[in-house]
This record gives sequence, structure tokens and C-alpha cells, in this order.
Amino acid sequence: MQAKNKLGLVFFPAFDWAISPSHPEREERLLYTQDQIFEEGIQDIAGIEMYNPVPATEKDVQRVHFAVPDVRTRFSESHMVSMGGAIEAFDLVFSGRADKSFALVRPPGHHAHRVVYGDRGFCVGNIEAVGLEAMRAKYGDLRVAVIDTDCHHGDGTEDIYWNDPDTLLISFHQDGRTLYPGTGYIGDAGGPGAYGYNVNIPLPPRTGEEGYLYVLENVIMPILDEYKPDLIVNSAGQDNHYSDPITNMNFTAQGYAILNERLNPDIAVLEGGYSIESALPYINMGIILAMAGLDYSGIREPDYDPVRLKQESSITEYVKEVCDTVNDRWHRRAELARDEYGDQKLVSRKKNIFYDTDGIMENQTQNFKVCKECSGLNYIDSNSDRGSRIKAITIPRDACSVCQKEGYDMYEQAGRGLTNVYLQDRINDQYHAK
Amino acid sequence: MLIGIDMGGTHIDGVAISKNKIVKSVKHVVDHTDLYQTILHALNDLISDLDQKDISRINLSTTISTNSIVEQKISEVDLILQKGPGINYEFPEIDSNLKYIDGYVDHRGKMVKDLNKNELEEIKSKLKSGANKNLAVVTKFSTRNPEHEQALAEYFADNYYQITQGHTLSGRLNFPRRVNTAYLNSAVYNTFQKFALNIEKALAEKEITAPIYILKADGGTMHLKDAVETPVETILSGPAASFMGISALFDNQADSVLLDIGGTTTDIFFLVDGLPVFEPAGISIDQHKTLVRAIYSVSIGLGGDSKLSVSESGSTDDPADLIRKINVGPEREGAPLVFGGPEPTLTDAMVILGQLEQYSLTEEQIEKSEIGIGQLAEKLKLSKAEFSELALNRAAQIIKEKVDQLLEIINSQPVYTVREVLADRQIKPIEIKVIGGPAEVFSSYLEQAFDIEVKYPNRYEIANAIGAALAQPTLELNLLADTQRKILIIPELNIYQKIGSRYSLSEGRTFILDQLNQAAKQLSESELETEIVEESSFNMVDGFKSGKNIRIKAQIKPGLSTEIEH
Repeated sequence: MQAKNKLGLVFFPAFDWAISPSHPEREERLLYTQDQIFEEGIQDIAGIEMYNPVPATEKDVQRVHFAVPDVRTRFSESHMVSMGGAIEAFDLVFSGRADKSFALVRPPGHHAHRVVYGDRGFCVGNIEAVGLEAMRAKYGDLRVAVIDTDCHHGDGTEDIYWNDPDTLLISFHQDGRTLYPGTGYIGDAGGPGAYGYNVNIPLPPRTGEEGYLYVLENVIMPILDEYKPDLIVNSAGQDNHYSDPITNMNFTAQGYAILNERLNPDIAVLEGGYSIESALPYINMGIILAMAGLDYSGIREPDYDPVRLKQESSITEYVKEVCDTVNDRWHRRAELARDEYGDQKLVSRKKNIFYDTDGIMENQTQNFKVCKECSGLNYIDSNSDRGSRIKAITIPRDACSVCQKEGYDMYEQAGRGLTNVYLQDRINDQYHAK
Repeated sequence: MLIGIDMGGTHIDGVAISKNKIVKSVKHVVDHTDLYQTILHALNDLISDLDQKDISRINLSTTISTNSIVEQKISEVDLILQKGPGINYEFPEIDSNLKYIDGYVDHRGKMVKDLNKNELEEIKSKLKSGANKNLAVVTKFSTRNPEHEQALAEYFADNYYQITQGHTLSGRLNFPRRVNTAYLNSAVYNTFQKFALNIEKALAEKEITAPIYILKADGGTMHLKDAVETPVETILSGPAASFMGISALFDNQADSVLLDIGGTTTDIFFLVDGLPVFEPAGISIDQHKTLVRAIYSVSIGLGGDSKLSVSESGSTDDPADLIRKINVGPEREGAPLVFGGPEPTLTDAMVILGQLEQYSLTEEQIEKSEIGIGQLAEKLKLSKAEFSELALNRAAQIIKEKVDQLLEIINSQPVYTVREVLADRQIKPIEIKVIGGPAEVFSSYLEQAFDIEVKYPNRYEIANAIGAALAQPTLELNLLADTQRKILIIPELNIYQKIGSRYSLSEGRTFILDQLNQAAKQLSESELETEIVEESSFNMVDGFKSGKNIRIKAQIKPGLSTEIEH
């Protein structure tokens, strides 16, 4: 058997790491996926190669995150290895060692925001963002589309790319009114430098194959055709599955495989998905085969029942309405940006971020300078209920010289009453902390 | 006294070892039309003047099964496969009658869908009973739950001469490999069985009562009677004999590269932590990828008879470029010029450098080498001696490049724990152990290329037979205990039994070692060292139920039964 696409698989189940013994993020999570792919003989398929993670460095993390107080304190070795797995997956494609890659690694990352005080939604480091930014640092500018197919809103990824016009984020997820993290609304479309490039598609509970594939064909694919990314990344959560214990959707392994064949991502990175015995082994097989360009028609869950999983017509109608709204907003994004931000010179937004896994509450104000020359200097003022008061300044990758200088001036002057000040200089790939 | 016989492609070697000393050795040419007679002849010759009562063990490394597969002299086999939902494998490499049946067991070993009785009756109705055909039955995840394979074997017992059940051959997961392994086992069954009967009969006639063992590709041995049931395990034992032979000729167990340089090829092996590096999944033969455990060995087309040529004429100032213009192998056109062959070879380069003095060559012979090497040297504007020196360096460089490439593969084997990623264990051999005709001459060139110590033994000619003689039984067992399903399985021993919900890792450890030690006692009179290779215990949480998923791999440590004096 020969894969049509040379697929690099970074399979790293972290069999010695858990949040706690009975936590969904425990050693067992990828055990049955491993059993399934071993029994199917994936390693023997010509064109599918296995790779190990190379642990991420502090610098890799600092391109994306402001770890409070620092990377070493906030990130365990397990997190560094998982992020390193994502970096390796990206690098496999960029170095030409593979046509496509899939990082089947844990712990996941898409709930991790720019500022990191601890673990939220089982995530500390945003693994795909760390992987992507490592590539941008190494290979230069890239226009990227991240499609977050996890059932939970990719709020961390949204936070990281909120004001980045070169990173389109499309997240479909179970409606935030019915599921953690309670965000991801259609109106949340991005900062002043990238309005419209954050696309949220909240779906109703019990959405099935029909609904997901409708979203793919009628929203995601047309937007991608227009956006023309250099790279497509699938932030591949597997919890839309009908058997997932913490969500309420009706997606299937076949559906995931079809979605990945059609979406044709360059890189997929595992996110959530906690039906470790009934869903993950089959979804992962489906994604691997679809990405390798192999026949996946035989992949089914043992208890798959198309009749039981058929989508109700009321849901079909509702999904259609959501898609119409999202499409309309995408087409009118320039006009909507004017409505949203007008002539503001500085756009601020307040956020309360709860670190559910670690029980930390953070209050932050994000400030985006509106600049005609670039996406604009931005900075975060944040404090946590653990006593931290910080300022985190970002000079974006496309910053003009004025914004760049302003960033350094702001860093120099800040300090009074603060526990930590950080400066992320993406132009020179530098990070400063005091 | 230990007897070892190794049958290779060209020669069969035999050796008798008593009290750590080689007391006798023989070497014959293999008669490919009658492998059985070849073995018998070598054995007769070897033991003719020895006291047969002293023989405590006979170890055979044979090509019986390998040849029957490669030459397609195999029995007719039907396959009944249950593949369930999954990849649509069609097994084009298996030229046989394949039937896919209904039913499915999942990765936990849970019975999802039972066998379809009507379907089986239909298959059976088309079969003649007592037919002289063999059957292989393989179901997906049979190493997690063998009930379907067992039921199928029972159901068709009267319709076939022999039936192989996939799960009995290996506890490892890999359905396509299990199918191929089971198929080959049934395919070579009759050939090997006939061979075994003949050998037993011949030895009985000579009143030899010593047990007979067959060498396996993992460097261990198995009883002849066990080999009859799983003859597939006797394939490709040649490289294993070679590995064990090299190990026997050196005392130390340092991490090393092992090289066997012959006339046509060089075999490469690795010794790490005192043990051979194994093939990660199993050995391949012909088009078949199997689950047969094997010592990792790679053969490259480089040996004493390798043809020398020059790819581009003209001189160059860069020595790195110059040396790369010289090709060594991979083809062999015949004997070296010095021995009447058609093309200049590596051996001819050694003649020029005066390194073959022990052969007492005639002037006429030496002249042939000089003419051939001279023509090549001319093209690069070098003297004959300069060219010969460079050719030997080039050969060493080719081996080095291949070894580096293999080490990179070995060092990037997948790891699954944070601990292993952080440890990032990189194997760096500190020594080369080399045997074969050109070994002595080669050693200084290898030393230069690798920059590590190179060792070669005084005698190497019968290394493979020594390796075969000293090899001991090996066995690998895989245990899985699932305390939610309350099931324990060791597929290799056909153990599938109930356990309590509080079964622990330490109970599993004790159980598997007990089983292994019992098996070891059956396998050998002398004590065999057993060990746990891997173990893990996963917390399972399934709704409100919890439990443990315990996995243990244990083995009889591969090794040599005694040392020999060098």
C-alpha cells in the first residue's frame, strides 16, 4: 500500500503524563488510538513515516506567550515536548520531509491565550500557534488559515491571532451558550488590524454529518478560495463525535475523514476529544488515511448507526441560517470594521479569563493601536487573583518603525506598580522581560 | 558437547564444541537439490569420530523454510480473515484463496459482532473433508481476544491438514503482518514437517538422543517439535547465526557495530547494552512483512570480490572528490583478476598493496591484478599503490556512510513517554567487530573511517556454526490484563482467562515471569535468564467504572550458552 501524499506522523501519546489520575487528559487518552493504528499496520504503509517530538525551547514559547512569571515556571517538560511535537509536524512540511503532517500529541493547546498564568481547558501552551510562529521565524512571512474543528471554541487561538490579518482563523464549535468556554460568537470578528479574519461558526447541539459538511462546503471552502492561504492548518479536535462524553454533537469518523479530504490541510494538530475508546481510534485512523490520500471508506465506529445519527431537519435549517449570516458578514467585513471601530486611534477590550483547570481568575485589558502602516502595536494590562500585575507589549511581525520604537519606549517606561513587564519583538524575534 | 550447524547459500558449516573448546569443524558445499542430505552429510562428517553419548545438544540453522518460500515450493493454503471496519487490505502479496468473514472484535478485545454461522456453513459446504490443504485463520485484534480464531480453527478442523491461528505467532498488534505470518506458517508447514521427521529418523538410527533445536531469526533457538508447529519462525536465521557467531568470538559487550565482510556482501548488525538490536516490527521475506522477531541486519553489496570502477576520468585537487570517483561494488562480476576473474576487484587492490602474501601468489597472478588496477589508476593519474590505497579507503567510507544512515534510523525509533524524549538516548557504538576474509586487511581502513577501535578475531571461518552451536532458546511473551473486562491474555501461550477487578501490575509481573520460567524449563535443561522488557499500567475511566489496563512484555534474554576459548 502506497500513500499518495507523503505523510509525517508525530505520534506522541505521552504515556507518562496526566493532569490527574482520572482527568480526561490522562495517560490512557491515546492508548486505544495507538492500538488501532498499530493493528491496522499504519507504520508499514509506504509514504507514512513516524517522527518523535523535539522539545520546544523557551524562545519558541515566547514568540506566542507571555508566561507569568516565566516559561520555566509555567510550562512543564510535558508541555515543552507536546509543543515540540507540533513544531516538528510543521517543520516536516516546511523542510520537505513530508507533504503533509499530523501531530497526534498531547497535552493540547487551543484554549491557551497569549498571557499564561496556568492551565485552562486542559491547555497551557497553544501548540499550533507555537509551531506556526516557529515556522514564520525560520521561513519568513506566511499567509495561513487555521481551521479549528474542535467542538469547543478555539478561544486561545482567537486571542493570539485576533489582530493578525495574515492568520485567518475559522472556528466551528458547539454554541458557546451551551458549552465551555462560552465564547465564539459570530460578532467576534477580530481586532482593528484584522477585522473579519476571525470567523466563528457556532453550531447547535446535535449537529451531525450533514451540518458539518454543509458548513465546510458553504462557508469554509468559499472563504478559503477567496483568502488563498499559503498553508492550511487543521486544529483537529475530535470531540464533535457522537460518543464524546463532554459535548453534545453527532459527528462521525467518516465525517471527519471526508472533512479532512475536502479541507486538504497541510498540517493537522490534535486538540481535544475525550471519547478515547469509542471515537478517537476511528477518527484518527480516518484523518490519517484522508491526509495520506488513501481509501478511508472502511473506517467506521463499531456501533455506527446512520439512522440514529441522522440530523433533525430543524437543525439543518438552523445551521443554514448561521452559515448565511457568517457568509454575509465575511463579504461585508470592510464595512463592518468601520461600523465596529470607526475612527478610534486605540481600541481596547476587557476580558475576564478563568483558568478552570488551575482555578485562577485573570482580568485583562487588551489595547490595539490603530496604525495605517501596520497592524499596530498592542499591549495587555493584566492582573490575576494570585497577585500578579503585568504589562505585556507586542510589536507585531509587520510593525512599522514608529510602532516598533513606541513598543521599546513603552517597555522602558513601564514598571511602576507592576510585578512583570514583557516585550515581544516579533520583527527581531526577541523577547524581553523585567 | 554442543553441535552447531549453519546452512548458508553456498556452504554448510558444522562445529562441535566441548568444554569451551572447538573440538571439530567441517565445511561442505550446499547441494540445493537436497538440503536434507546436505545437513545429514555435514552432521555425519562432524560426529563420525566423536562419542555420540557426549552430545548434549544439536542446534541447526537451516534454510529449509526460507528456500521453500523464496522458491515458491509451498503448500496450498486457504485464508479466512475477519478484518472488521478498517483499512481495505487486499493482500496482493498473498497468492492464495482469501475469504473475508463477518464479525468483529475491537481494540479492547470486546466482541462487537459475533461470527455468522450461516456464512461459515456455506464456506464449509464447499470444502471437502480431509483435503490435503492448510488453513490460516486471522481475525483483527485476535491478540486481544482470540475466541474467533479459536472457534474457526475448531470449526474447520476436519477440513484441513493443518490450521494456523494468527494470535499464536506473536502477541504484537499488526493485522496485515499477522495475516502474512500465519499464511507463511501454513505455507511452509508441510515442507518443514517432512524435514523434521527425516532428521529425527536419521538421528534415531544413529542412536543420538540429544535434543535438536532450530535457530530463529532473533538469535535464539526453539525445539524441533515446536518448530514443526511454527516453522515460520525458522526463516532467515542465517544473519542471526552470523551475529551470534561474531558475539561469541569476542568477549566484551560494548556497544558495537558488527560487520561480516564476505566476497559479495557486507552484513551490518548492532550490539547495544549487550543485546542485538532487533527489527522493530518483524522480518520481511519476499513480498511478505511478518511478525517474526529478528535481529536487525542490513546487507550491502560490498565485499572482497566487489568490482572496482572509476566514474569520471581526470584528476582533481580535492581529495574528497577524488575518492568519490572510485566505485566499489555493488555488483560482483566474478572472482578477482588475481584468481582468474574478469574485472579488477577490491581483492586486487589488496594484492597491489602486498596484503595477500599468505596466498603465495605467482608472478603471473600478481601481474593480472597490476594490469587491471593500473588501468583504473591511470584514469585518475595515480600510481597503482595510491589508487589501491584509495579504493580500500573508499570501501571503508561506503560502509561508514551506511552505518551512519542505519544509526540514524535506529536512533529515531518512536518513543512514547516524556521521559524518553527528554533522555534522547542516542546509540553511539564505541567499537567495530569485524569478521570475514578481508577483515584483517580492512581493519585499519575502517579504523580510519570510523575513528573508533576495530577488532577482528584470529579465526572466523566457522563463526556462523559457532553462533548456531552456542545459541539458546528464546521466547517473548506479551501480557495484557484488563481489570474492567476482567480478562488476562498472553496470546503466545494461548492463555485467555478471567481475573479479578483488583488485579495489579505486580501480580501480572509475577504471573508472566512464572509462565515464562515454566516455558524456559521446557525449552532447556540449563537455566535461562528471564526478564521484563516493558511494563505499564494505565488508569481506565469509563463512565463510573474504573480499572487498570496492564501491559507487560517479558522475554528469555537472548544470549550465548557458554563462552569459547579464542
